[in-house]
Amino acid sequence: MTLVDVHDLVKHYAGERSWFGLGRPRAPVRAVDGVSFTIAAGRTLGLVGESGSGKTTLGRTMLRLQEPTSGTVLFDDNDVFALDAARLRGLRRRMQIVFQDPYGSLNPRMTVEDTLREPLEIHGLKGAVAALLDEVGLDAAFAKRYPHELSGGQRQRVGIARALSVEPQFIVCDEPVSALDVSVQAQVLNLLADLQGKRRLTYLFIAHDLAVVRHIADDVAVMYLGKIVERAPAAEIYTQPRHPYTRALLSAVPEPTPHATKQRILLPGDIPSPAHPPSGCPFHPRCPHPRKNERCRTEPPPLRTITPGHDAACHYAEEPM
Amino acid sequence: MTTPPTPTPGAPPVLLRVRNLKTYFVTEHGKGTARAVDDVSFELYAGETLGIVGESGCGKTVTSLSILRLVPEPPGHVLPGSLIEFEGRNLLALPAPELRAVRGNQIAMIFQEPMTSLNPVFTVGDQIAEAAIIHQHLSRSAARARAIEMLRLVGIPDPDERVDHYPHQLSGGMRQRVMIAMALVCHPKVLIADEPTTALDVTIQAQILELLDQLQSELGMAVLLITHDLGVVAGHADRVVVMYAGRVVETAPTDALFERPTHPYTEGLLAAVPRIDAPRARLHAIPGQVPAATAWPPGCRFHPRCPYAWEKCAAEEPPLLEVGDKPGHTARCWLVSEPERRVPKR
Repeated sequence: MTLVDVHDLVKHYAGERSWFGLGRPRAPVRAVDGVSFTIAAGRTLGLVGESGSGKTTLGRTMLRLQEPTSGTVLFDDNDVFALDAARLRGLRRRMQIVFQDPYGSLNPRMTVEDTLREPLEIHGLKGAVAALLDEVGLDAAFAKRYPHELSGGQRQRVGIARALSVEPQFIVCDEPVSALDVSVQAQVLNLLADLQGKRRLTYLFIAHDLAVVRHIADDVAVMYLGKIVERAPAAEIYTQPRHPYTRALLSAVPEPTPHATKQRILLPGDIPSPAHPPSGCPFHPRCPHPRKNERCRTEPPPLRTITPGHDAACHYAEEPM
Repeated sequence: MTTPPTPTPGAPPVLLRVRNLKTYFVTEHGKGTARAVDDVSFELYAGETLGIVGESGCGKTVTSLSILRLVPEPPGHVLPGSLIEFEGRNLLALPAPELRAVRGNQIAMIFQEPMTSLNPVFTVGDQIAEAAIIHQHLSRSAARARAIEMLRLVGIPDPDERVDHYPHQLSGGMRQRVMIAMALVCHPKVLIADEPTTALDVTIQAQILELLDQLQSELGMAVLLITHDLGVVAGHADRVVVMYAGRVVETAPTDALFERPTHPYTEGLLAAVPRIDAPRARLHAIPGQVPAATAWPPGCRFHPRCPYAWEKCAAEEPPLLEVGDKPGHTARCWLVSEPERRVPKR
């Protein structure tokens, strides 16, 4: 059953005006540029991309933490962008977010208990802080502590407990382990997996690290310059990537195996600015595909089905690289 | 308590020797002394890449800063008895002018944050040329030509134009290339790279690591590669030093470390790394967290988190013991002498 249905979502940020706000506006930043996908209840979609790909903007816009430019998001058949404030608040109880930065996303003046109690009060719910702490693997004694007394991993557990407090169905996990050390990262990833099993949660798991996503996601979508360039079941995207960008990303991950035999695809150049995306296929200036030609420079490739359940936005996705 | 290394016949000469390095910090509010680097020894051979791996707070960055005496004093201080020997001289005892002749000239450093390590009000050309003017007494025009040559060497397109750009006009990857150009302008014998790619996207990281490898083989320098990423070490280091809680806990040739990780911390860290070549599965997590540097545990500093620890581990800290599979593979763990105890408790 589909829980989250995103259709043609667009989020552009207006360009700044030069001359202290009096001159002509610059080109808008096309952070999210026409993205569609669905997530079935109880599943995890991993959303992967590098800086500036639009993955964080997408997660926030879906929850209407910022207004979209256009497009729709259906959550359990409710149109998120059409709701009035009161009904949106009701829906927010069912959709939560865990932020990347465990240092910046907790109020330093509130104890852990206050932080966890606040959402309960807003939504008029009863819930036990001790039980929440226990669920995320923290001792009840942490209730009286302030964020500065906690390590990064402990803060992230508090962030997860805060999201869980209102018993949501859907959680956007926005790079929840990127700021953590490897050994702690594994603890938090395992915790998220356990909670999903126990509470039948649905996740949108945003990350820049393909290896982390492999350990949590059922399906994976790869973003580049505001667009999804490939989407497939996790098992498939890692073994049979179709888009040249996905192939390059996978080959660039440093693996903890000396003399790894995999072929490295080194991408030239930098990620272009989302204010001035290249014409045609946005990836074409860096694309290493041997079939790259004039068509790639002029004609944007649509996201199309290559094999059942596996979509890619490349004119030559069927061909070997 | 470190075993002196057995010199291998035919091995390249030692360029940089770190012996019993202790760098402590006085903490605010009198909470005690943070023993960030606590008796660390290793050597860097000519032409090799030595990886120093560890998580936050293990002391790897303070080690690298101590080598060039960049630790702010106070609150930090390098304890007497520490030795950093470069070409027969103890850098810790050099008078300031002599140290300056080494720093940035024979030993250069690139930092993690390309955004904050460049001066925003000077062009990148000026910043690259500075070291050449100071150390090699080049004229301004010769130094500018050298800067352009360096920009070309590190793969920056249109170096004649880019030389006059300011850091804010460059992307993160380009800034890191500029940092590398600055570090290499005097052809140093040792390059210390402190998390050179941590702030970069994975495709840019691949470019920069490739560039470092290529420059190293062209220029023949030794590289001290400091990183938290075992994947980076596996692909780019010849030997590895693993640090935990201010101590070296394992040293090994890279192959031996990954084939036979011997210290339980190394073993746990390797098992905790998510891998793209493994199917979805629960990750191995190391329980607990790194203790505070003001209160390292007694005995082996890893014993509270170790799945194999027994009474001896809490009572007595092991020295670095020879593992015996490959020369230069040592681990600070009693399991080396009592391997039958390698049975997890839980």
